[in-house]
Amino acid sequence: MDAETLIPLAKAIAIGVGALGPGIGIGLIGAKAMEAIGRNPEAAGKVFVPMLLSLAFAEAIAIYALVVSFTL
Amino acid sequence: MELLIPPAAAEPLFHVGSFPITNAMVNGWIAVVFFVVVAFVASRRKGLVPKGVQNLIEGTIEFMLTETQKVTGDAKRAKQFLPIVGTIFLFILFSNWLGLLPGTGSIGVWALHEGSVELIPLLRPAASDLNLTLAMALFAVITSHIIGLAAVGPINHISKFVNLRGILRSLKHGPMAILVAVIEFAVGLLEIVSEMAKVLSLSLRLFGNIFAGEVLLTVMLGIFAYALPIPFLFLELLVGAIQATVFAMLTLAYLTVATQEHGHEEEATAQA
Repeated sequence: MDAETLIPLAKAIAIGVGALGPGIGIGLIGAKAMEAIGRNPEAAGKVFVPMLLSLAFAEAIAIYALVVSFTL
Repeated sequence: MELLIPPAAAEPLFHVGSFPITNAMVNGWIAVVFFVVVAFVASRRKGLVPKGVQNLIEGTIEFMLTETQKVTGDAKRAKQFLPIVGTIFLFILFSNWLGLLPGTGSIGVWALHEGSVELIPLLRPAASDLNLTLAMALFAVITSHIIGLAAVGPINHISKFVNLRGILRSLKHGPMAILVAVIEFAVGLLEIVSEMAKVLSLSLRLFGNIFAGEVLLTVMLGIFAYALPIPFLFLELLVGAIQATVFAMLTLAYLTVATQEHGHEEEATAQA
């Protein structure tokens, strides 16, 4: 139970738990975007860019967790 | 079978004096030279009816100007911000895509690096070095502050963060207004923390995406080098473009918010 054996476990937990929230968030963003396009297919072009932006922000949180797991 | 996953810190190739030149820095400079050459070529032939390279460049700039104007709402500000935002977008886009060329990350020298003999690649995506992304993020946030100071004046700008003026103005309006003003003062101090979070999030988002893409491609090449990396290369093309867009749009949003009077910030972030 010293530092050497705990480091891989810490890396795994960091990225494992850290990707849960963003995963759900990205799914929700995609779902709402699909819903909006389904209600109004002509607005697909207008919905697409803000959706991509929101996806990038949500994914950034997962990237923070990944960076932590890399630096451990 | 050694794991040739690239280390998080870019490896130095050689030193100029005591300053290390890393492989990511080499890629960055290739991108810079490319844009300088394109700029010289574009500015030489100035036909009134554009064709060829000039047409492509004019189309790109016009597209970026209209997109910028959608966020700022003001044509003058759009023209003022376009050089900063457009350069950030094009540089990040080109250096991300340059990092996908064959040979990047795979052609290198076997040398001693931090204790063990490893393959040191000669080329590495420029944004996979945290130094570059941190420098760009600092540049974006500090520029937004400087332009904000110049646009709305120093007192207005500093009042967004240290809102003593709000407290002083509320003193004659009764205890409820004073309470609200004290709360707004605390919110202003939190905004200072938020500025540092902006720098961190801008730099780490770009670094994390590009570096994780590099690691992903290396791992996929290690598993089965012939057809498996193809969908991941397409993913990296998409990620490179999206991250360039996000960085540029966020910089534009920060610039727009910094140049607006207090109270109109919600519109800029809603339009972005």
